[in-house]
Amino acid sequence: MGLNIQDVSVVYPAADRRPPVKALSGINLTIDDNEFVVALGASGCGKSTLLNLIAGFLSPSSGSLVLDGRHVSGPGADRAVVFQKHALLPWLSVLDNVAFGLQIQGLGKSARIGTANRFIAMLGLDGFQDSPVYKLSGGMQQRVGIARALTCDPRILLMDEPLGALDALTREKAQELILHIWNDTYKSVFFITHSVEEALFMGTKLIVMSPRPGRITHTFDLPFSRQFLDGTPAREVKASPDFIRLREDVLKIIFADEEAAA
Amino acid sequence: MTIQDPVATPKAGGLLGRLARSRPTRPGEIYGVPGQGNTLWLSAVSIALFFFVWWLVTAMGWVKPLFVPSPLTIVEKFVSVWQTGYTGTPFLEHVAISTARVFGAFLLACAIGLPLGLAMGMSPVMRGLFDPPIEFYRPIPPLAYLPLMIIWFGIGETSKILLIFLSVFAPVVLGARSGVKSAAIEQIHAAYSFGATRWQVMRHVIMPSAMPEILTSMRIGIGFGWTTLVAAEMVAATKGLGYMVLSASQFLQTPVVIMGIFVIACIAFAFDLLMRFVERRLVPWKGRM
Repeated sequence: MGLNIQDVSVVYPAADRRPPVKALSGINLTIDDNEFVVALGASGCGKSTLLNLIAGFLSPSSGSLVLDGRHVSGPGADRAVVFQKHALLPWLSVLDNVAFGLQIQGLGKSARIGTANRFIAMLGLDGFQDSPVYKLSGGMQQRVGIARALTCDPRILLMDEPLGALDALTREKAQELILHIWNDTYKSVFFITHSVEEALFMGTKLIVMSPRPGRITHTFDLPFSRQFLDGTPAREVKASPDFIRLREDVLKIIFADEEAAA
Repeated sequence: MTIQDPVATPKAGGLLGRLARSRPTRPGEIYGVPGQGNTLWLSAVSIALFFFVWWLVTAMGWVKPLFVPSPLTIVEKFVSVWQTGYTGTPFLEHVAISTARVFGAFLLACAIGLPLGLAMGMSPVMRGLFDPPIEFYRPIPPLAYLPLMIIWFGIGETSKILLIFLSVFAPVVLGARSGVKSAAIEQIHAAYSFGATRWQVMRHVIMPSAMPEILTSMRIGIGFGWTTLVAAEMVAATKGLGYMVLSASQFLQTPVVIMGIFVIACIAFAFDLLMRFVERRLVPWKGRM
Protein backbone atom coordinates (compact mmCIF):
# COMPACT_ATOMS: atom_id res chain seq x y z
CA MET A 1 0.00 0.00 0.00
CA GLY A 2 1.02 3.63 -0.12
CA LEU A 3 1.74 5.80 -3.12
CA ASN A 4 3.40 4.33 -6.15
CA ILE A 5 4.76 6.56 -8.92
CA GLN A 6 5.92 4.67 -11.99
CA ASP A 7 7.95 6.07 -14.86
CA VAL A 8 6.10 9.38 -14.78
CA SER A 9 6.98 12.24 -17.10
CA VAL A 10 5.40 15.66 -17.60
CA VAL A 11 5.84 17.68 -20.77
CA TYR A 12 4.49 21.20 -20.97
CA PRO A 13 3.35 21.66 -24.58
CA ALA A 14 5.02 24.17 -26.86
CA ALA A 15 3.63 27.68 -26.58
CA ASP A 16 4.21 30.71 -28.80
CA ARG A 17 7.73 30.22 -30.18
CA ARG A 18 8.82 28.22 -27.12
CA PRO A 19 9.73 24.53 -27.59
CA PRO A 20 7.95 21.97 -25.37
CA VAL A 21 9.43 21.83 -21.86
CA LYS A 22 10.19 18.50 -20.21
CA ALA A 23 9.39 19.29 -16.59
CA LEU A 24 9.72 15.75 -15.28
CA SER A 25 11.22 12.65 -16.80
CA GLY A 26 11.36 9.02 -15.68
CA ILE A 27 10.19 9.56 -12.12
CA ASN A 28 9.96 6.41 -10.02
CA LEU A 29 9.07 6.87 -6.37
CA THR A 30 7.31 4.95 -3.65
CA ILE A 31 5.95 6.62 -0.54
CA ASP A 32 5.08 3.94 1.99
CA ASP A 33 2.80 4.24 4.98
CA ASN A 34 4.26 6.53 7.65
CA GLU A 35 7.18 7.42 5.40
CA PHE A 36 8.42 11.03 5.37
CA VAL A 37 9.82 11.75 1.92
CA VAL A 38 11.65 15.02 1.40
CA ALA A 39 12.38 16.46 -2.04
CA LEU A 40 15.36 18.74 -2.47
CA GLY A 41 16.87 20.33 -5.54
CA ALA A 42 17.83 23.46 -7.43
CA SER A 43 15.00 25.67 -8.60
CA GLY A 44 13.33 24.42 -11.75
CA CYS A 45 14.04 20.78 -10.94
CA GLY A 46 10.35 19.91 -10.89
CA LYS A 47 9.77 19.46 -7.15
CA SER A 48 6.55 21.44 -7.24
CA THR A 49 5.45 19.78 -10.45
CA LEU A 50 5.87 16.42 -8.74
CA LEU A 51 3.81 17.63 -5.76
CA ASN A 52 1.09 18.98 -8.06
CA LEU A 53 1.02 15.58 -9.79
CA ILE A 54 0.50 13.74 -6.52
CA ALA A 55 -2.12 16.29 -5.45
CA GLY A 56 -3.90 15.71 -8.75
CA PHE A 57 -3.74 19.31 -9.98
CA LEU A 58 -1.71 18.05 -12.94
CA SER A 59 -1.93 14.88 -15.00
CA PRO A 60 1.22 13.05 -16.09
CA SER A 61 2.05 13.00 -19.81
CA SER A 62 3.05 9.37 -19.37
CA GLY A 63 3.42 6.86 -16.55
CA SER A 64 1.11 6.22 -13.63
CA LEU A 65 0.41 7.27 -10.06
CA VAL A 66 -1.35 4.76 -7.85
CA LEU A 67 -2.46 5.45 -4.27
CA ASP A 68 -3.63 2.41 -2.29
CA GLY A 69 -4.35 0.56 -5.50
CA ARG A 70 -6.36 3.36 -7.11
CA HIS A 71 -5.19 5.57 -9.96
CA VAL A 72 -4.75 9.22 -9.09
CA SER A 73 -6.89 11.08 -11.59
CA GLY A 74 -7.58 14.40 -9.82
CA PRO A 75 -7.51 16.16 -6.49
CA GLY A 76 -9.05 14.30 -3.56
CA ALA A 77 -9.39 14.51 0.18
CA ASP A 78 -7.06 11.51 0.64
CA ARG A 79 -4.17 13.86 -0.30
CA ALA A 80 -4.12 17.12 1.66
CA VAL A 81 -1.85 19.99 0.69
CA VAL A 82 -0.09 22.52 2.91
CA PHE A 83 1.05 25.50 0.86
CA GLN A 84 3.85 27.95 1.53
CA LYS A 85 1.38 30.83 1.99
CA HIS A 86 -1.65 32.64 0.61
CA ALA A 87 -3.77 29.55 1.00
CA LEU A 88 -5.88 30.46 4.04
CA LEU A 89 -9.21 32.23 3.59
CA PRO A 90 -8.96 35.63 5.33
CA TRP A 91 -12.74 36.11 5.57
CA LEU A 92 -13.01 33.05 7.84
CA SER A 93 -11.97 32.71 11.48
CA VAL A 94 -9.29 30.26 12.57
CA LEU A 95 -11.97 27.71 13.44
CA ASP A 96 -13.76 28.05 10.10
CA ASN A 97 -10.48 27.86 8.20
CA VAL A 98 -9.53 24.65 9.97
CA ALA A 99 -13.04 23.27 9.38
CA PHE A 100 -13.06 24.35 5.72
CA GLY A 101 -12.28 20.91 4.32
CA LEU A 102 -15.06 19.34 6.39
CA GLN A 103 -17.47 22.02 5.19
CA ILE A 104 -16.56 21.24 1.58
CA GLN A 105 -17.32 17.60 2.32
CA GLY A 106 -20.77 18.56 3.52
CA LEU A 107 -20.47 18.02 7.28
CA GLY A 108 -22.88 19.91 9.52
CA LYS A 109 -21.68 22.74 11.68
CA SER A 110 -21.67 20.87 15.01
CA ALA A 111 -19.87 17.87 13.53
CA ARG A 112 -17.24 20.18 12.01
CA ILE A 113 -16.47 22.02 15.25
CA GLY A 114 -15.54 18.90 17.23
CA THR A 115 -12.99 17.65 14.71
CA ALA A 116 -11.61 21.13 14.00
CA ASN A 117 -11.11 21.82 17.69
CA ARG A 118 -9.17 18.59 18.11
CA PHE A 119 -6.61 19.66 15.50
CA ILE A 120 -6.58 23.24 16.73
CA ALA A 121 -5.52 21.90 20.11
CA MET A 122 -2.97 19.56 18.52
CA LEU A 123 -1.27 22.52 16.83
CA GLY A 124 -1.32 24.68 19.92
CA LEU A 125 -3.89 27.14 18.61
CA ASP A 126 -6.35 26.74 21.47
CA GLY A 127 -7.98 30.03 22.38
CA PHE A 128 -7.56 31.47 18.89
CA GLN A 129 -10.65 29.77 17.41
CA ASP A 130 -12.45 33.07 16.78
CA SER A 131 -9.41 35.13 15.75
CA PRO A 132 -9.33 36.33 12.15
CA VAL A 133 -6.46 34.55 10.40
CA TYR A 134 -5.06 37.72 8.85
CA LYS A 135 -4.17 38.97 12.34
CA LEU A 136 -2.02 35.91 13.17
CA SER A 137 1.76 35.69 12.81
CA GLY A 138 3.23 33.76 9.88
CA GLY A 139 4.06 30.79 12.10
CA MET A 140 0.53 30.59 13.47
CA GLN A 141 -0.99 30.96 10.01
CA GLN A 142 1.10 28.01 8.87
CA ARG A 143 -0.15 25.96 11.83
CA VAL A 144 -3.72 26.79 10.82
CA GLY A 145 -2.87 25.51 7.33
CA ILE A 146 -1.49 22.27 8.75
CA ALA A 147 -4.51 21.79 11.05
CA ARG A 148 -6.83 22.33 8.08
CA ALA A 149 -4.96 19.71 6.04
CA LEU A 150 -5.22 17.16 8.86
CA THR A 151 -8.97 17.48 9.51
CA CYS A 152 -10.07 15.33 6.60
CA ASP A 153 -7.83 12.47 7.74
CA PRO A 154 -5.78 12.28 4.53
CA ARG A 155 -3.62 9.27 3.67
CA ILE A 156 -0.77 11.53 2.66
CA LEU A 157 0.22 15.09 3.52
CA LEU A 158 1.76 17.12 0.70
CA MET A 159 3.81 20.05 1.95
CA ASP A 160 5.11 22.59 -0.55
CA GLU A 161 7.84 24.51 1.28
CA PRO A 162 5.51 25.02 4.22
CA LEU A 163 8.19 26.66 6.38
CA GLY A 164 9.90 28.68 3.65
CA ALA A 165 8.40 32.00 4.75
CA LEU A 166 9.17 31.64 8.46
CA ASP A 167 12.07 33.11 10.42
CA ALA A 168 14.83 30.73 11.53
CA LEU A 169 13.66 30.29 15.12
CA THR A 170 9.97 29.75 14.31
CA ARG A 171 11.07 27.43 11.55
CA GLU A 172 13.01 25.10 13.84
CA LYS A 173 10.09 24.93 16.26
CA ALA A 174 7.70 24.20 13.39
CA GLN A 175 9.99 21.40 12.16
CA GLU A 176 9.79 19.71 15.54
CA LEU A 177 6.03 20.22 15.72
CA ILE A 178 5.51 18.66 12.28
CA LEU A 179 7.67 15.67 13.22
CA HIS A 180 5.65 15.09 16.39
CA ILE A 181 2.37 15.34 14.48
CA TRP A 182 3.65 12.97 11.83
CA ASN A 183 4.67 10.53 14.55
CA ASP A 184 1.29 10.81 16.31
CA THR A 185 -0.99 10.63 13.27
CA TYR A 186 0.80 7.95 11.26
CA LYS A 187 0.49 9.84 7.96
CA SER A 188 2.75 9.62 4.95
CA VAL A 189 4.35 12.95 4.10
CA PHE A 190 5.79 14.39 0.90
CA PHE A 191 7.71 17.50 1.84
CA ILE A 192 9.46 20.03 -0.38
CA THR A 193 12.14 22.32 0.96
CA HIS A 194 15.10 24.42 -0.13
CA SER A 195 16.97 23.88 3.11
CA VAL A 196 19.36 20.92 3.14
CA GLU A 197 19.44 20.90 6.93
CA GLU A 198 15.65 20.83 7.12
CA ALA A 199 15.51 18.04 4.55
CA LEU A 200 18.00 15.84 6.40
CA PHE A 201 16.43 16.49 9.80
CA MET A 202 12.83 15.80 8.82
CA GLY A 203 12.82 13.02 6.28
CA THR A 204 13.04 9.28 6.47
CA LYS A 205 13.86 9.34 2.80
CA LEU A 206 15.50 12.10 0.80
CA ILE A 207 15.23 12.46 -2.95
CA VAL A 208 17.57 14.92 -4.65
CA MET A 209 16.26 16.23 -7.94
CA SER A 210 18.04 17.77 -10.89
CA PRO A 211 16.71 20.14 -13.54
CA ARG A 212 16.38 19.97 -17.35
CA PRO A 213 14.64 17.59 -17.44
CA GLY A 214 13.45 17.29 -13.85
CA ARG A 215 14.47 13.89 -12.50
CA ILE A 216 15.50 12.12 -9.33
CA THR A 217 19.29 11.72 -9.24
CA HIS A 218 19.96 10.52 -5.70
CA THR A 219 18.00 8.82 -2.96
CA PHE A 220 19.11 8.62 0.68
CA ASP A 221 17.60 6.83 3.67
CA LEU A 222 17.72 9.09 6.72
CA PRO A 223 17.89 8.14 10.41
CA PHE A 224 17.81 11.62 11.95
CA SER A 225 14.10 12.27 12.50
CA ARG A 226 13.89 8.92 14.32
CA GLN A 227 16.77 9.96 16.57
CA PHE A 228 14.94 13.17 17.39
CA LEU A 229 11.66 11.43 18.10
CA ASP A 230 13.51 8.91 20.30
CA GLY A 231 14.60 11.75 22.53
CA THR A 232 17.80 13.30 21.18
CA PRO A 233 17.51 17.10 21.17
CA ALA A 234 17.11 18.63 17.72
CA ARG A 235 20.29 20.74 17.87
CA GLU A 236 22.29 17.69 18.95
CA VAL A 237 20.98 15.70 16.00
CA LYS A 238 21.82 18.50 13.59
CA ALA A 239 25.35 18.84 15.02
CA SER A 240 26.23 15.14 14.90
CA PRO A 241 29.16 14.15 12.62
CA ASP A 242 26.92 11.89 10.48
CA PHE A 243 24.48 14.70 9.92
CA ILE A 244 27.18 17.21 8.96
CA ARG A 245 28.92 14.78 6.63
CA LEU A 246 25.73 13.96 4.78
CA ARG A 247 24.77 17.66 4.66
CA GLU A 248 28.05 18.48 2.88
CA ASP A 249 27.63 15.56 0.46
CA VAL A 250 24.13 16.69 -0.49
CA LEU A 251 25.23 20.33 -0.81
CA LYS A 252 28.01 19.23 -3.21
CA ILE A 253 25.46 17.44 -5.40
CA ILE A 254 23.18 20.47 -5.53
CA PHE A 255 26.01 22.94 -6.21
CA ALA A 256 27.27 20.71 -9.03
CA ASP A 257 23.79 20.91 -10.57
CA GLU A 258 23.72 24.68 -10.22
CA GLU A 259 27.12 25.00 -11.89
CA ALA A 260 26.20 22.66 -14.71
CA ALA A 261 23.18 24.88 -15.32
CA ALA A 262 25.15 28.15 -15.26
CA MET B 1 -4.90 84.21 9.29
CA THR B 2 -5.68 81.87 12.13
CA ILE B 3 -6.82 79.12 9.85
CA GLN B 4 -3.31 78.39 8.65
CA ASP B 5 -1.87 77.96 12.12
CA PRO B 6 -2.30 74.17 12.41
CA VAL B 7 -0.35 73.78 9.20
CA ALA B 8 2.53 76.02 10.15
CA THR B 9 3.23 74.78 13.69
CA PRO B 10 5.45 71.70 13.71
CA LYS B 11 3.42 70.10 16.48
CA ALA B 12 0.40 69.54 14.25
CA GLY B 13 2.41 67.75 11.55
CA GLY B 14 1.35 68.20 7.94
CA LEU B 15 3.59 68.74 4.93
CA LEU B 16 4.82 72.25 5.76
CA GLY B 17 5.54 71.36 9.37
CA ARG B 18 7.41 68.25 8.37
CA LEU B 19 9.53 70.05 5.78
CA ALA B 20 10.34 72.90 8.18
CA ARG B 21 11.51 70.55 10.91
CA SER B 22 15.20 69.80 11.28
CA ARG B 23 15.12 67.36 14.17
CA PRO B 24 14.42 63.67 13.52
CA THR B 25 10.78 62.63 13.56
CA ARG B 26 9.19 59.55 14.99
CA PRO B 27 10.61 56.31 13.53
CA GLY B 28 9.04 55.49 10.24
CA GLU B 29 7.43 58.85 9.73
CA ILE B 30 9.77 60.28 7.10
CA TYR B 31 11.05 56.99 5.74
CA GLY B 32 7.64 55.32 5.93
CA VAL B 33 5.14 54.73 3.15
CA PRO B 34 4.72 57.99 1.21
CA GLY B 35 1.34 59.57 1.76
CA GLN B 36 0.52 58.09 5.14
CA GLY B 37 -0.95 60.16 7.93
CA ASN B 38 -4.28 61.55 9.08
CA THR B 39 -5.79 64.15 6.76
CA LEU B 40 -8.87 65.06 8.82
CA TRP B 41 -7.47 68.38 10.01
CA LEU B 42 -6.26 69.47 6.60
CA SER B 43 -9.61 68.53 5.08
CA ALA B 44 -11.38 70.66 7.68
CA VAL B 45 -9.03 73.55 6.91
CA SER B 46 -9.64 73.13 3.18
CA ILE B 47 -13.43 73.22 3.62
CA ALA B 48 -13.27 76.19 5.99
CA LEU B 49 -11.00 78.05 3.57
CA PHE B 50 -13.40 77.37 0.71
CA PHE B 51 -16.38 78.82 2.54
CA PHE B 52 -14.32 81.72 3.83
CA VAL B 53 -13.18 82.72 0.32
CA TRP B 54 -16.73 82.29 -0.97
CA TRP B 55 -18.10 84.47 1.80
CA LEU B 56 -15.32 87.05 1.30
CA VAL B 57 -15.90 87.33 -2.46
CA THR B 58 -19.63 87.91 -2.03
CA ALA B 59 -19.47 90.08 1.10
CA MET B 60 -16.96 92.45 -0.54
CA GLY B 61 -19.17 92.67 -3.61
CA TRP B 62 -16.37 91.53 -5.99
CA VAL B 63 -18.78 89.29 -7.92
CA LYS B 64 -22.42 89.95 -8.76
CA PRO B 65 -24.92 87.85 -6.72
CA LEU B 66 -26.37 86.62 -10.02
CA PHE B 67 -23.14 84.72 -10.68
CA VAL B 68 -22.11 83.83 -7.14
CA PRO B 69 -24.73 84.34 -4.44
CA SER B 70 -23.51 84.50 -0.86
CA PRO B 71 -23.49 81.36 1.30
CA LEU B 72 -26.22 82.90 3.44
CA THR B 73 -28.49 83.32 0.40
CA ILE B 74 -28.11 79.62 -0.31
CA VAL B 75 -29.10 78.73 3.24
CA GLU B 76 -32.11 81.06 3.04
CA LYS B 77 -33.08 79.53 -0.30
CA PHE B 78 -32.75 76.07 1.16
CA VAL B 79 -35.07 77.00 4.03
CA SER B 80 -37.65 78.56 1.70
CA VAL B 81 -37.61 75.65 -0.77
CA TRP B 82 -37.84 73.25 2.17
CA GLN B 83 -40.93 75.09 3.42
CA THR B 84 -42.73 75.93 0.17
CA GLY B 85 -41.29 73.49 -2.33
CA TYR B 86 -40.03 74.18 -5.84
CA THR B 87 -42.35 74.58 -8.89
CA GLY B 88 -45.26 73.33 -6.83
CA THR B 89 -43.55 70.14 -5.63
CA PRO B 90 -42.37 69.75 -2.03
CA PHE B 91 -38.61 69.70 -1.66
CA LEU B 92 -38.50 66.24 -0.12
CA GLU B 93 -40.46 64.87 -3.05
CA HIS B 94 -37.74 66.14 -5.41
CA VAL B 95 -35.17 64.42 -3.21
CA ALA B 96 -37.22 61.23 -2.95
CA ILE B 97 -37.82 60.97 -6.69
CA SER B 98 -34.19 61.50 -7.63
CA THR B 99 -32.98 59.15 -4.94
CA ALA B 100 -35.47 56.52 -6.10
CA ARG B 101 -34.27 56.90 -9.69
CA VAL B 102 -30.60 56.64 -8.80
CA PHE B 103 -30.97 53.81 -6.30
CA GLY B 104 -33.50 51.94 -8.42
CA ALA B 105 -31.09 52.03 -11.34
CA PHE B 106 -28.20 51.19 -9.01
CA LEU B 107 -29.92 48.16 -7.51
CA LEU B 108 -30.98 46.97 -10.95
CA ALA B 109 -27.44 47.40 -12.26
CA CYS B 110 -26.04 45.44 -9.31
CA ALA B 111 -28.68 42.71 -9.60
CA ILE B 112 -27.82 42.14 -13.27
CA GLY B 113 -24.25 43.42 -13.41
CA LEU B 114 -22.70 41.51 -10.50
CA PRO B 115 -23.80 38.02 -11.64
CA LEU B 116 -22.91 38.90 -15.22
CA GLY B 117 -19.48 40.20 -14.20
CA LEU B 118 -18.80 37.09 -12.11
CA ALA B 119 -19.92 34.90 -15.00
CA MET B 120 -17.69 36.82 -17.40
CA GLY B 121 -14.75 36.36 -15.05
CA MET B 122 -15.31 32.64 -14.78
CA SER B 123 -16.40 31.67 -18.28
CA PRO B 124 -14.58 32.46 -21.52
CA VAL B 125 -17.88 32.01 -23.38
CA MET B 126 -19.62 34.71 -21.37
CA ARG B 127 -16.57 36.96 -21.60
CA GLY B 128 -16.39 36.54 -25.36
CA LEU B 129 -20.07 37.29 -25.80
CA PHE B 130 -20.48 40.28 -23.49
CA ASP B 131 -17.09 41.98 -23.62
CA PRO B 132 -17.64 43.74 -27.00
CA PRO B 133 -21.01 45.41 -26.26
CA ILE B 134 -19.94 46.59 -22.79
CA GLU B 135 -16.56 47.88 -23.95
CA PHE B 136 -18.31 49.57 -26.89
CA TYR B 137 -20.80 51.63 -24.91
CA ARG B 138 -18.72 52.16 -21.75
CA PRO B 139 -16.64 55.14 -22.93
CA ILE B 140 -19.59 56.93 -24.58
CA PRO B 141 -20.94 59.85 -22.49
CA PRO B 142 -24.58 59.21 -21.44
CA LEU B 143 -25.59 62.55 -22.97
CA ALA B 144 -24.59 61.20 -26.38
CA TYR B 145 -27.04 58.30 -26.30
CA LEU B 146 -29.73 60.12 -24.33
CA PRO B 147 -31.61 61.05 -27.55
CA LEU B 148 -31.66 57.39 -28.58
CA MET B 149 -33.03 56.36 -25.19
CA ILE B 150 -35.84 58.88 -25.62
CA ILE B 151 -36.65 57.80 -29.17
CA TRP B 152 -36.71 54.15 -28.14
CA PHE B 153 -38.23 54.31 -24.68
CA GLY B 154 -40.16 57.57 -24.59
CA ILE B 155 -39.93 60.39 -22.12
CA GLY B 156 -41.23 58.45 -19.11
CA GLU B 157 -39.38 56.82 -16.27
CA THR B 158 -38.02 53.98 -18.41
CA SER B 159 -35.55 56.08 -20.37
CA LYS B 160 -34.41 57.98 -17.26
CA ILE B 161 -33.76 54.87 -15.19
CA LEU B 162 -32.21 53.09 -18.15
CA LEU B 163 -29.77 55.95 -18.68
CA ILE B 164 -28.64 55.89 -15.04
CA PHE B 165 -28.65 52.08 -15.12
CA LEU B 166 -26.24 52.05 -18.05
CA SER B 167 -23.81 54.41 -16.36
CA VAL B 168 -23.72 52.23 -13.21
CA PHE B 169 -23.77 48.93 -15.08
CA ALA B 170 -20.36 49.06 -16.80
CA PRO B 171 -18.19 49.76 -13.71
CA VAL B 172 -20.10 47.16 -11.67
CA VAL B 173 -19.66 44.47 -14.34
CA LEU B 174 -15.96 45.25 -14.77
CA GLY B 175 -15.39 45.25 -11.00
CA ALA B 176 -17.06 41.88 -10.49
CA ARG B 177 -15.25 40.49 -13.51
CA SER B 178 -11.77 41.47 -12.33
CA GLY B 179 -12.68 40.56 -8.74
CA VAL B 180 -12.86 36.93 -9.87
CA LYS B 181 -9.10 37.03 -10.37
CA SER B 182 -8.47 38.06 -6.74
CA ALA B 183 -8.35 34.53 -5.37
CA ALA B 184 -4.82 33.12 -5.11
CA ILE B 185 -4.26 29.84 -6.97
CA GLU B 186 -3.24 28.30 -3.61
CA GLN B 187 -6.66 29.12 -2.14
CA ILE B 188 -8.38 27.54 -5.14
CA HIS B 189 -6.12 24.49 -5.04
CA ALA B 190 -6.74 24.12 -1.30
CA ALA B 191 -10.48 23.89 -1.96
CA TYR B 192 -10.03 21.42 -4.82
CA SER B 193 -7.74 19.25 -2.70
CA PHE B 194 -10.65 18.73 -0.28
CA GLY B 195 -12.69 17.45 -3.20
CA ALA B 196 -14.56 20.70 -3.87
CA THR B 197 -16.75 20.90 -6.94
CA ARG B 198 -16.42 23.80 -9.38
CA TRP B 199 -19.49 25.36 -7.85
CA GLN B 200 -18.12 25.02 -4.31
CA VAL B 201 -14.89 26.72 -5.37
CA MET B 202 -16.92 29.62 -6.76
CA ARG B 203 -19.18 29.84 -3.75
CA HIS B 204 -16.55 29.44 -1.01
CA VAL B 205 -13.38 30.91 -2.55
CA ILE B 206 -13.92 33.00 -5.68
CA MET B 207 -16.94 35.01 -4.58
CA PRO B 208 -15.74 35.97 -1.07
CA SER B 209 -12.33 36.96 -2.39
CA ALA B 210 -14.00 39.10 -5.08
CA MET B 211 -15.92 41.08 -2.44
CA PRO B 212 -13.42 43.94 -1.95
CA GLU B 213 -13.34 44.72 -5.66
CA ILE B 214 -17.10 44.33 -5.96
CA LEU B 215 -17.68 46.85 -3.15
CA THR B 216 -15.22 49.28 -4.69
CA SER B 217 -16.92 48.99 -8.06
CA MET B 218 -20.31 49.60 -6.41
CA ARG B 219 -18.92 52.79 -4.89
CA ILE B 220 -17.62 53.93 -8.25
CA GLY B 221 -20.86 52.88 -9.93
CA ILE B 222 -23.18 54.85 -7.66
CA GLY B 223 -20.93 57.88 -8.23
CA PHE B 224 -21.51 57.57 -11.96
CA GLY B 225 -25.22 57.22 -11.22
CA TRP B 226 -25.42 60.60 -9.49
CA THR B 227 -23.33 62.12 -12.29
CA THR B 228 -25.86 60.92 -14.84
CA LEU B 229 -28.90 62.03 -12.83
CA VAL B 230 -29.00 65.58 -14.20
CA ALA B 231 -28.69 64.31 -17.75
CA ALA B 232 -31.50 61.84 -17.15
CA GLU B 233 -33.78 64.53 -15.74
CA MET B 234 -33.01 66.97 -18.57
CA VAL B 235 -35.84 65.85 -20.74
CA ALA B 236 -39.50 66.05 -19.83
CA ALA B 237 -38.99 65.76 -16.10
CA THR B 238 -41.12 67.83 -13.75
CA LYS B 239 -39.68 66.49 -10.52
CA GLY B 240 -36.28 65.58 -9.16
CA LEU B 241 -33.09 67.30 -8.03
CA GLY B 242 -31.59 67.24 -11.52
CA TYR B 243 -34.76 68.85 -12.90
CA MET B 244 -34.66 71.44 -10.11
CA VAL B 245 -31.08 72.44 -10.93
CA LEU B 246 -31.70 72.57 -14.68
CA SER B 247 -34.92 74.53 -14.61
CA ALA B 248 -33.54 76.94 -12.02
CA SER B 249 -30.57 77.61 -14.28
CA GLN B 250 -32.91 78.49 -17.12
CA PHE B 251 -34.54 81.15 -14.92
CA LEU B 252 -31.14 82.35 -13.67
CA GLN B 253 -32.03 81.28 -10.13
CA THR B 254 -28.41 80.67 -9.22
CA PRO B 255 -29.08 80.08 -5.48
CA VAL B 256 -31.33 77.15 -6.31
CA VAL B 257 -28.74 75.74 -8.71
CA ILE B 258 -26.00 75.84 -6.09
CA MET B 259 -28.34 74.58 -3.37
CA GLY B 260 -29.35 71.63 -5.57
CA ILE B 261 -25.73 70.81 -6.27
CA PHE B 262 -24.99 70.75 -2.54
CA VAL B 263 -27.97 68.52 -1.83
CA ILE B 264 -26.89 66.02 -4.50
CA ALA B 265 -23.31 66.10 -3.19
CA CYS B 266 -24.48 65.53 0.39
CA ILE B 267 -26.68 62.54 -0.49
CA ALA B 268 -23.93 61.00 -2.60
CA PHE B 269 -21.34 61.60 0.12
CA ALA B 270 -23.59 60.14 2.82
CA PHE B 271 -24.05 57.00 0.74
CA ASP B 272 -20.32 56.76 0.16
CA LEU B 273 -19.74 56.93 3.92
CA LEU B 274 -22.27 54.14 4.32
CA MET B 275 -20.45 52.06 1.71
CA ARG B 276 -17.11 52.64 3.46
CA PHE B 277 -18.70 51.49 6.71
CA VAL B 278 -20.10 48.39 4.98
CA GLU B 279 -16.66 47.75 3.49
CA ARG B 280 -14.99 47.88 6.91
CA ARG B 281 -17.58 45.50 8.34
CA LEU B 282 -17.73 43.10 5.40
CA VAL B 283 -14.10 42.91 4.26
CA PRO B 284 -11.89 43.99 7.18
CA TRP B 285 -9.25 41.69 5.72
CA LYS B 286 -8.98 43.73 2.49
CA GLY B 287 -5.32 44.09 1.53
CA ARG B 288 -4.16 42.29 4.66
CA MET B 289 -3.38 38.84 3.27
